[in-house]
Amino acid sequence: MTDAAPDLRVEEPPQATPRDPEVAVTGLETRARRGPRPAGWFARFVRLVVPPVVLFVVLVLLVELLVVAADLPPFVLASPSAIWAQLMQYAPQVLAATIATGLNALIGLLIGAVLGALLAIAASSIRAIDGMLAPVVAAVAVVPIVALAPVLYTMFGSTSEVARILIASLAAFVPVFLNTLRGLRQVRPVHRDLMRAYAASSRQQTMFVTIPSALPHFFTGLRIASSLAVISALVAEYFGGPREGLGSAITTAAASSAYARAWAFVIGAILLGLAFFALTSVIERIASRHR
Amino acid sequence: MSSPSSASRAAPAAAPEPTPSAAADAAGAGVANEAVVVRGVERIFTGAKGATVTALTSIDLTVHDGEFVSLIGPSGCGKSTLLRLIADLDEPTAGDIRVFGRTAKQARVDQAYGIAFQQAGLLPWRTVAANIELPLQLHGVGAAERRSRVAELLDLVGLTDFARNYPDQLSGGMQQRVAIARSLAEQPRLLLMDEPFGALDEMTRERMQTELLRIRAETGAAVVFVTHSIPEAVYLSDRVVVMSPRPGRITDEVDVRLGDAAERGEDLREDAAFFAGVTAVREALHGPQAAPASGGVRGVDVR
Repeated sequence: MTDAAPDLRVEEPPQATPRDPEVAVTGLETRARRGPRPAGWFARFVRLVVPPVVLFVVLVLLVELLVVAADLPPFVLASPSAIWAQLMQYAPQVLAATIATGLNALIGLLIGAVLGALLAIAASSIRAIDGMLAPVVAAVAVVPIVALAPVLYTMFGSTSEVARILIASLAAFVPVFLNTLRGLRQVRPVHRDLMRAYAASSRQQTMFVTIPSALPHFFTGLRIASSLAVISALVAEYFGGPREGLGSAITTAAASSAYARAWAFVIGAILLGLAFFALTSVIERIASRHR
Repeated sequence: MSSPSSASRAAPAAAPEPTPSAAADAAGAGVANEAVVVRGVERIFTGAKGATVTALTSIDLTVHDGEFVSLIGPSGCGKSTLLRLIADLDEPTAGDIRVFGRTAKQARVDQAYGIAFQQAGLLPWRTVAANIELPLQLHGVGAAERRSRVAELLDLVGLTDFARNYPDQLSGGMQQRVAIARSLAEQPRLLLMDEPFGALDEMTRERMQTELLRIRAETGAAVVFVTHSIPEAVYLSDRVVVMSPRPGRITDEVDVRLGDAAERGEDLREDAAFFAGVTAVREALHGPQAAPASGGVRGVDVR
């Protein structure tokens, strides 16, 4: 979870190109087949979930075996059983730290996403704004944003969470802005002709065509941004500030040689990242259920 | 929709299908009763470095109310451009276009025509029913009325079972049927179609042509149909307008009239009159020397 390299991919969501007729008809049949059979759904779920769970359990057992058999000291590798014991013992602290970091990441993500979407709309409709924003966003995109943390802590004071929220929102802003802007520019010419033929007002055109065309791109940006927001909020804690987040807890535990406890907080960080990713994936799935 | 001059907002769902108000009474009534009148139209595109391309020059064309007219010609002859000018998706450099006596712009604002493109152009995030409903929704038709009109149209194109599917789940032919249903939503007296079957396979294309004739017989609308297929133009049309490129202009018109739209069936494709029509259009396109079924003339599809 400490890998803070900014991920600026502009992912290409599946395009709505008309498919080969036969493929399309086949797709229809699979859909019909899938629908009325809950047993098939359950089998699919088992097929999907069981293999990774099995792999995970096997890996944990292997590590445990290795640590015990080779008598490895905890600073090299903490045994899974010790980590589990620490996780249980410090559960309230892990939960509190996860919430503290999660809240920073969530607020940052919301600010970054709203700002990114609004500025993308502005940039797509007014050329001058696009010209002003493009170089600034490019600059923001290449700076490892957590590198700003020490500077921001001095700006906002070491007891304030503002610096972390700011870092998370900056990290989230870039992919949301870039993807949304690309989406807003992808209205198909035939749709534009159609709306003109229907004498649609520009407000109608935005509501009926432009925004729906851009939505899949926005959600792709949001999914990337959600991971970035968590990573940035957590890594920012390594550079100082208030001591209640996951990042602070990991450094504190490691500094006091409580390696198993450090790993317990890392597990909290993993769960937090997964929660953010799952949440945005579900939102994305709901918004693009026609595909 | 009792008179062509009234704006073609969707009529109440209970209203009967509009009856073809026969071109007979339009004969002496002048321009206002013609579906489309194009006079001396020219369209010149200006390129990036000031280079100009004359897409259309001195175009004169009249489409009577209820008439099916095909525009045929090789690629680059400006047939699609002409259709876009009639639809007011583009503006002529010179000349005048009237649709039911109004300017092209006014006709577009009044929704005097329905339009279908080569790409179905459906909105992928809307269901089939919601796509057909789109023009009605944009023009403020009430929900109950929209629902019953959509049901009628789905029945007309035979897609009632697919109302709740999304476009990406349909085949190309089905998507195109949805697009045609959408173009008919507001019961237009004029349909503009730009190679709507161009991307379909031959079997689907023939079935769609027969369906279009049936739909057109039921609605009695005038149709301007752009195609590069000679058999398609002959099979569908009352009149085939032949165009040639560089600069795009109308070189000939061939009256086909193989019978009432309602009576044309698959048999017609093997009828002597059909072949005579194909030969006539081919000669108009390439000159008499090209008449033998050698085909092989560049740019024109002889399917």
